[in-house]
Amino acid sequence: MKRHALSTRLWHWLNLLCVVVLFMSGLTISNAHRRLYWGDWGFAPEQAWLAVPRFPDWMTIPGYYSLAVARDWHILMAWPYALGLLFMWVAMLANRHFVRDIATRRSEWRPAAIWRDVRAHLRLEFDHGAGKYNFLQKLAYGLVLGVFLPMMVLTGIAISPGMEPTFGWLVEAMGGRQSARSLHFIFAFALAGFFVVHVLLVLLSGPIGQMRAMISGGSQA
Amino acid sequence: MKRRNFLVTLGAAFVAGCNRVADSQPGQALLGAAEKWHESAHRLLTDRTALAPEYPRSAISPYFRGNGSTDPQTGGYPAHAEEGFANWRLTVGGLVETPLSLSMENIRRLPQRTQITRHDCVEGWSAIGEWTGPQLSLLLDAAGLREEARFIVFRCADNLNGQDYYESVDLIDAYHPQTIVAHRLNGKPLPIRNGAPLRMRIERQLGYKHAKYLTGIEAVASLDDIGLGKGGYWEDRAGYQWYAGI
Repeated sequence: MKRHALSTRLWHWLNLLCVVVLFMSGLTISNAHRRLYWGDWGFAPEQAWLAVPRFPDWMTIPGYYSLAVARDWHILMAWPYALGLLFMWVAMLANRHFVRDIATRRSEWRPAAIWRDVRAHLRLEFDHGAGKYNFLQKLAYGLVLGVFLPMMVLTGIAISPGMEPTFGWLVEAMGGRQSARSLHFIFAFALAGFFVVHVLLVLLSGPIGQMRAMISGGSQA
Repeated sequence: MKRRNFLVTLGAAFVAGCNRVADSQPGQALLGAAEKWHESAHRLLTDRTALAPEYPRSAISPYFRGNGSTDPQTGGYPAHAEEGFANWRLTVGGLVETPLSLSMENIRRLPQRTQITRHDCVEGWSAIGEWTGPQLSLLLDAAGLREEARFIVFRCADNLNGQDYYESVDLIDAYHPQTIVAHRLNGKPLPIRNGAPLRMRIERQLGYKHAKYLTGIEAVASLDDIGLGKGGYWEDRAGYQWYAGI
């Protein structure tokens, strides 16, 4: 049996490409107006809750300031990103990957059990016990797949003026268009944070075996 | 420091790859097609007359930010501003049965629509204001659109970086009930910063579509021969998306 299903592996790498392009073009879009607001409107420094630093060219697409080109990339990659996420959810519900490996059991939420898992991570012990993932992994993957990634799609739709006549309830649920824009930014950086920790833990837990497993599937240990 | 250099190199290599894709023929076609997919999805999900949200008076921003041209100094504009736009004319022409030339008084006497809407700039900020003016559909019907007309072009008095500002929309947005030729903002004549004496409101699209300092409305069959052919000042100059509902 393979360690990762083909659907998981395909989506993982497609999603990586999408997220990287969306994030880097998003930094250019952020550079176009470096303030965030709550509510429906906001345009001046005194209305902002956050002044965002200017992101250097080397971490932006297209590598120089062009809001139009950055939007081209953002608008293009939004499609494989959102459709890919939908595909992954259908696949992992159908092949039971979600229920079997990611959904947590009530017993795992006991403070003592969580604390034991945290201490094991701090000692860099990544023994999974019986299941495929330990509690912190399930929590991280569950949050990313169930909240962070879908919220990028939902907040993105809420920012789009052409979508608003149909999805006005979504904009309202988020507290207005500028709130939706702020949330889009917050979840983008939450994903960036996950990305850093994820790569770090792969490096610490045998990167060659991990990479092989996510490319060819590997074999169940 | 070394780790940072590694990241910078990796970032630069990835960006260079993206730019090579964007510069290639298929890459360009793909990036252009994605804009159309969004437009089609919006049109599929949203009724052509569905309204952008309208707000109560209490939601109006303390002032309304101006962007792009905020005080045109070209052509006859400064002289018009001096006389309070008393002799401003708006023409309605192109593929119409009866070309019109309207005075400000003509425009003020038409049936008016007042709407408190949110303006979203492509840069990311939003402002809320109350706009008043006749619906564009009223002017188009008065002039009588010819059958070949597919787009409505908006001609403007401002000149940015040597090019005259203009914009265009298709007939769906032109005939949308909230598409108005505004001459009042928050109950007063438009300030110069916000497009005096006339500006478009295209409420389901981003700010650069809402042409300011409006002098002419022109029905055309194709955008190819207007400006540089991409349908608007920012579209021509910097490659902004013609469909700005995204």
